Amino acid sequence: MSETQNKPAKKKTVKWGDAPKLSVLDALYLPAIASGLATAIKHAVSGKPTTRQYPEVEPEIPPNYRGVHRLNRDEAGRVKCVACYMCQTACPANCIEIIAAPAPKDDPHWKDRDKFPATFTIDELRCIYCGMCEEACPVDAIELTSIYDLTGMTREEMIFDKEKLLSVFDETVKTGRDPVRTNRGKLGPASELSPTAKDAPPPPGRGKSG
Amino acid sequence: MINSLLEYWPVLWPTLAAIAVILAVVPFLGLYMTFIERKVAAYVQDRVGPNRVGPFGLFQAVADGIKIFLKEQLIPDHVYTALYFIAPAFSLITAMFALVVMPFGPVATDYAGGFRFMVAPGIDIGILMMLAISSLSAYGIIVGGWASNNKYSIYGAIRSCAQFISYEIPLGLSILGVIAIAGSLNIERIVAVQSASILDWNVFWQPVAMLVFFTSALAETNRLPFDLPECEQELVGGFHTEYSGIKFVLYFLAEYTHIVTVSFLTALLFLGGWHFPGLPGPSGASTLVLLLGLLVLLVKVSLVVMVIILLRWSLPRFRFDQLMGLAWKGLIPLALANLVGVAVVLTLGLPKHLLIATAVLPVLAAYYSATKFNASMADENISKKGLSPRGAVSYE
Repeated sequence: MSETQNKPAKKKTVKWGDAPKLSVLDALYLPAIASGLATAIKHAVSGKPTTRQYPEVEPEIPPNYRGVHRLNRDEAGRVKCVACYMCQTACPANCIEIIAAPAPKDDPHWKDRDKFPATFTIDELRCIYCGMCEEACPVDAIELTSIYDLTGMTREEMIFDKEKLLSVFDETVKTGRDPVRTNRGKLGPASELSPTAKDAPPPPGRGKSG
Repeated sequence: MINSLLEYWPVLWPTLAAIAVILAVVPFLGLYMTFIERKVAAYVQDRVGPNRVGPFGLFQAVADGIKIFLKEQLIPDHVYTALYFIAPAFSLITAMFALVVMPFGPVATDYAGGFRFMVAPGIDIGILMMLAISSLSAYGIIVGGWASNNKYSIYGAIRSCAQFISYEIPLGLSILGVIAIAGSLNIERIVAVQSASILDWNVFWQPVAMLVFFTSALAETNRLPFDLPECEQELVGGFHTEYSGIKFVLYFLAEYTHIVTVSFLTALLFLGGWHFPGLPGPSGASTLVLLLGLLVLLVKVSLVVMVIILLRWSLPRFRFDQLMGLAWKGLIPLALANLVGVAVVLTLGLPKHLLIATAVLPVLAAYYSATKFNASMADENISKKGLSPRGAVSYE
């Protein structure tokens, strides 16, 4: 004790306070117990549960929620995807697999398109729902919806093919819960010719120069 | 044989009926206590609680019961099988055995024939037997902890043992005053003494005794804030870590039976039992009056049960040294001082309501402990300031 006191005084960085005094009421415990009981009873009779009765009352999902994917259709009802492999390349979980095919040029239905996805599968179990496919897509063909309660009995049924992904689009369009990022009816910025290159918005996720 | 049965039938059937009532009610009571507990817990925590099975989830208890009966009988490899099976049964048997001397409705002290709300009326050692039997229930826990052959279980059992031994003393001491004033260990007589007016309820002249009794009783039932023997954070499940299915339920039934017993005892010994102002006593009363008395007692008991459940959700758990300190340094001296007060009043023939003054005792004790604590903290502040991490610290 005395040794430490005789040392040269260091610069004080810590301020020592005294412990608060214990009053008779504190030492009696009973007021504290009574106030605890009062709090418990107040909450018990308030009748305002903060929980939600889930299956009956569904939560309000924000429109930028990243749930199950969908493949958008254009005005003609065709799959909007141009099979550019951007999403497949961007995907960090390698859950997207696309096989492109040349669009049937003699069919007037497809005459303005070069390629279309012959198959488009997403492994929903492998997906980490990061939304990078959505950001990478130049034509806003792939989007994450606010469907959060995806379930399945087998692994196979959780691998969504093109038809399944398009049916997700049909369903979500019907309920009118489009994702907030959606650009339905328009092609994405990269596909549109702007009058001058300067006015064109930068591609998502890159700098202006990129 | 048959003849003697017929001969004794008039005195036999009330006992058999009372046994039947207890055997029928206790398991359902245990199941529904869990339901009430879950519901109250939910309301206290701003939740809704079980509400899926039946209206307001009322059949949740039944569903739980069915589920638990159908569960696999899991017997771990490393247990002492015989003891492992006996322990939960022993626990429940002792818990229900204590109900033998407990009146669960108005019982007249003249013990007229017919149905009485008690298995064995007129036992002159009633409360003593009750304490003796209920302290036996420690065996169920200790044997279970030992038979589980698991360090967490045995720790739980050891804690339970220490807790039981410590809290038996204030539990017994606190009701000595009540017994001394009533002049009897017979529970019906103790209630009868309180039945003159509402001011004769023991709580009004033995407030300290009630406080000590209730606290010790909470510890005896292993309820929060004294549930050290089964505290999940330290001991997995405590003594019932290795138990599942129906054997686990037996332990739980025993625990809830204990809670009910303790609530009945509190209501009978301190809150006037079945007495209520304006309600005539049970001797020679009509069935309606008896039923009203039963209702009064049940309301009092459910109030006590409610307080016990709510306390669980308002108090944190004691540390083990605090638990022991509370019993040995707090409750036992208080109960002894209270007993001295009763002895003085009885010996000098003073009116017993003077004993309301014993309510000063806890305040004096609190004053003493606060002074001691502040003095010790002041010493510490002087001698250790700047050197010790104790005390409140603020960084500049």
